[in-house]
Amino acid sequence: MAEPDSQPALSRDEVAHVAKLALLDLTEEEIDLFTVQLGSVIETAHDMNNLDLEGVQPTHHPLGLTNVVREDVVRPSIDRAEVLSQAPDVEDDRFKVPPALGED
Amino acid sequence: MYTTVDRGPDVHEPSIPDEWELVVGLEVHVELSTNTKLFCGCANAFGAEPNTNVCPTCLGLPGSLPVMNGAAIESAMRLGRALNCTVSPSIMARKNYTYPDMPKDFQTSQYDQPTNHDGWLDTPEGVRINIERAHIEEDTGKSTHVGGDGRISSAQYSLIDYNRAGVPLLEIVSCPDIRTADEAKAYVSELRGIVLALGVSDAKMEEGSMRVDANVSVRPRGSDELRTRCEIKNINSISSVGRAIAHEANRHIDLYETGERPIQETRHWDEEAGRTRPGRSKENDEDYRYFPEPDLTPLVPTAAELEAIDASLPELPGAQRAALAEAAGIEPTEASLIVERGDAGFALDAIAAGGDGARVVVHLNNNLAGGVGKLTAELFAGLVNMETAGELSSTQTKEVLAEMVETGGTAADIAAAKGFEAMGTGELDGMLDELIANHPDEWARFAGDDEGESKKMAGFFTGQIMKATKGQADGKVVAQLLNSRK
Amino acid sequence: MSVAKPAAFGDATAIAALVASGDRTAAAVVDDHLARIAEHEGDVHAFNLVMADDARSAAAAVDEAIAAGETPGRLAGVPVAIKDNMCTRGVPTTCSSKILEGWEPPYTATVVDRLVAEGAIPVGKTNLDEFAMGSSTENSAFGATKNPYDLDKVPGGSSGGSAAAVAAGFAPASLGSDTGGSIRQPASLCGVVGVKPTYGAVSRYGLIAFGSSLDQIGPFTTTVGDAALLYEVIAGDDPLDSTASPQPALPVSSKLDAGVDGLRVGIITEMAGDVIEGISGDVLARLRAAADALAAAGAVVDEVSVPSTVYGLPAYYMVAPAEASSNLARFDGVRYGLRADGTNTAAMNMASRTAGFGPEVKRRIMLGTYALSAGYRDAFYGKAQQIRTKITEDFDSAYENFDVLLSPASPSTAFALGDKTADPLTMYLNDVCTIPSNLSGHPAMSVPFGVGDDGLPIGVQVLAPMLGEVVMFQVAAELERAGA
Ligand SMILES: [Mg+2]
Ligand SMILES: [Zn+2]
Repeated sequence: MAEPDSQPALSRDEVAHVAKLALLDLTEEEIDLFTVQLGSVIETAHDMNNLDLEGVQPTHHPLGLTNVVREDVVRPSIDRAEVLSQAPDVEDDRFKVPPALGED
Repeated sequence: MYTTVDRGPDVHEPSIPDEWELVVGLEVHVELSTNTKLFCGCANAFGAEPNTNVCPTCLGLPGSLPVMNGAAIESAMRLGRALNCTVSPSIMARKNYTYPDMPKDFQTSQYDQPTNHDGWLDTPEGVRINIERAHIEEDTGKSTHVGGDGRISSAQYSLIDYNRAGVPLLEIVSCPDIRTADEAKAYVSELRGIVLALGVSDAKMEEGSMRVDANVSVRPRGSDELRTRCEIKNINSISSVGRAIAHEANRHIDLYETGERPIQETRHWDEEAGRTRPGRSKENDEDYRYFPEPDLTPLVPTAAELEAIDASLPELPGAQRAALAEAAGIEPTEASLIVERGDAGFALDAIAAGGDGARVVVHLNNNLAGGVGKLTAELFAGLVNMETAGELSSTQTKEVLAEMVETGGTAADIAAAKGFEAMGTGELDGMLDELIANHPDEWARFAGDDEGESKKMAGFFTGQIMKATKGQADGKVVAQLLNSRK
Repeated sequence: MSVAKPAAFGDATAIAALVASGDRTAAAVVDDHLARIAEHEGDVHAFNLVMADDARSAAAAVDEAIAAGETPGRLAGVPVAIKDNMCTRGVPTTCSSKILEGWEPPYTATVVDRLVAEGAIPVGKTNLDEFAMGSSTENSAFGATKNPYDLDKVPGGSSGGSAAAVAAGFAPASLGSDTGGSIRQPASLCGVVGVKPTYGAVSRYGLIAFGSSLDQIGPFTTTVGDAALLYEVIAGDDPLDSTASPQPALPVSSKLDAGVDGLRVGIITEMAGDVIEGISGDVLARLRAAADALAAAGAVVDEVSVPSTVYGLPAYYMVAPAEASSNLARFDGVRYGLRADGTNTAAMNMASRTAGFGPEVKRRIMLGTYALSAGYRDAFYGKAQQIRTKITEDFDSAYENFDVLLSPASPSTAFALGDKTADPLTMYLNDVCTIPSNLSGHPAMSVPFGVGDDGLPIGVQVLAPMLGEVVMFQVAAELERAGA
């Protein structure tokens, strides 16, 4: 079993990498702060290793329901004007966004 | 029902040097033609006004929740079983990545517990391609890139329509078992045929309801290594599947042969230029952070459900080809086109109604494209009978058939109207005199007591007359004439 | 200074009866409450939005319906305050975040629809820790809420606005959401009843998700009876929420007067002394007093160990942020909410999120992204999900011998504003007693049971088995009688 206790909880580089994944633009100060703060939470998370979890199934649904499905029947959609009225930018009844670079 | 077989323009598909071998796996996305989307009651419809088939759920509005469409699951399981997959209990998972046409900024898909896994598909040529998995997921909305020269990279801005967001997809992932561009085309074509036979999708590549991504790598023939692969997207016809794969493979081969190597990346097929281009850069190296979707429950098919699904499966293209081949006395591959077009049932009906198998197949392949559904199998069989009985020549048959499709009339009426009458008795009498004079021995055998011989020689004389009249003679009249002279 | 005056104009049950009988109009009831809000809201800041005009016209409609002889709803004319993370069509719903400031949802949460269908009148959207992430309501982008009992103290959180609104007499009832204790802890700190139903008992449709497998909506009220009434209105299956329990609302009002004679009550050992550190002496004293009161009423009281509950905190701080990191990905500036400039879509997404989210939300998104990221998922998120199973099993075995369990709801009384904002981990410890029930999905509620050394309210937590709300309310009602 992996035993992360021996390593430092979290590196500054990891925090910077995670910020990128999370689409957050953190300042240098925030990265420093989060490295410490998240590190201490992750430190306590290592307590979980004290429990023997061999063969224990994960809980994804507290109620344990299965096969909840609906009938394939069309329901009315919502009013387009109401939806678009909340959008930051709209053109031709569509949501307008800046160009997606890095594509071809 | 007649459906277009998209073979695309007949353009150059480069060949692969003999010393290299392709290693190709295909990911095919098929939009399931349910009434509603995967997680909400919005209509699943192509071509509606932008952002009219949307609701809080498929727009990913804060606070909205998904509810699974039972019919989508059933379609997925049917397709899975038709692809010989094991259907297992599954859980939906979140695939986390951000893209503006994906409303929740995660795609609800399946990860380590897909509905269908470990299946296979046999191409008409008998090549077995293993299928790793066929999982359920949701489609994205549609972006239009405005400004620039039409390419995404030069666009000034993009406009998004979420009508397609949340439409159910089945993603069918093959193992990297495909070794030639032809096999890839055959695989896609066969898969499409199965989808159409099941009726779970209209599988139109040109409308995007069937989309093919190809993972392509090459290796020296005889080696079993797996080299760097590139994922080719944006392939929009079956012929392009072959072209894109062949072009990409040659690009790899060229690189290896000049001492370079390809880099793993996503590339887009440029139909007009006939080449692939680099696609989305992977600088944010993909980490999808999959985890089970907490807003949906696991799907656990019961044994009874699976039995019902197996029982409900229609005859699939492979079986249809075999049945038609048997009935018509042809090779299964010769039945491919008819089966692909969905005309196998019609062909079998026409044969059952007395039509000659080989001629039925010939006419369906060559002369009746698009016409099935405009005439009955019985009427068609009637025409084929006239032809084989010698009442119509093959050219005349074609002409009559074209008119039958137009007007719905019977073969006999149309032939009569066109003046394709069988030859008159007097004319035939003269011909027969000449034949008897030239073939006295044969005539003696015909007139003799040996019934077998007599029958055989009747065939001989009928054949000679048909040959001389180019099939215009009426077989029944010829038989009467022969018997009256016996 | 205290401005606390729970049920300033009567509790929900009483108001509904008066309005139904025609002895009081809904309009008058609403006016009373709006006047009280006008007087004290400046001090308390329970609301992000007071819906004065909407409330008045809704009250008029209730009065008209009653005058027309229509059957009044079970909550006829009862003002309710709605936590501002529940969608209300055409009424701004912000999650106390700049990223959603001004957003008017095009649809309404199931719970709000159900309240309104019974004649309840929404009077405002209450303040919360941004996206319900916090235990003090100080993480709001629109300013902190104050504890009505002591305006220098926090109301708890994240549903601090809803708890404070009821404690201040702004409304006799409110709705909150509880992901790790966000109803029970502020209820304890504000001296009101707060219920976290069984996971799935109440529809989450329209609740802006924090931790989807943990979130549960529940009521704040001044009495156990009112809480039961609210629960019965909002609970029950919803075709729009796949995780909703298929059962109808449980009849939790049915046994409020039944007493506890013979019921087996277990005090959770880990939360009653030294195992989980940091629970203050006065809180433990009130827990003992509550146990004694139940024993005096005929219950059989004992201690019971639920050992894995001590792993609740670390497990929770992996699962909840993991789910949150994914749930909050959609706030990208494309379809609604704040958009900041960017030269391309990805830059715009990042700029919008960076400008729109506050520090605690960023912290949790970061934590959750890390917990799910390649190479760490099994060690963190995966392990935490296994611990949930362990905790559930431990609770279930305790319930083989006990009808309900008892523990503190909060480790302390209300603390001073600003006291715990510097260190997130210290703040996280506030939820140590409440988190295990979110991880397991079991129901639990906080019932006021006296005050601490500082004179501030203390709640006792009653915990019950899955869908065991009836016995939970039964015991809570006894505590209410004993504490009165
Ligand atoms: Mg996919
Ligand atoms: Zn929808």
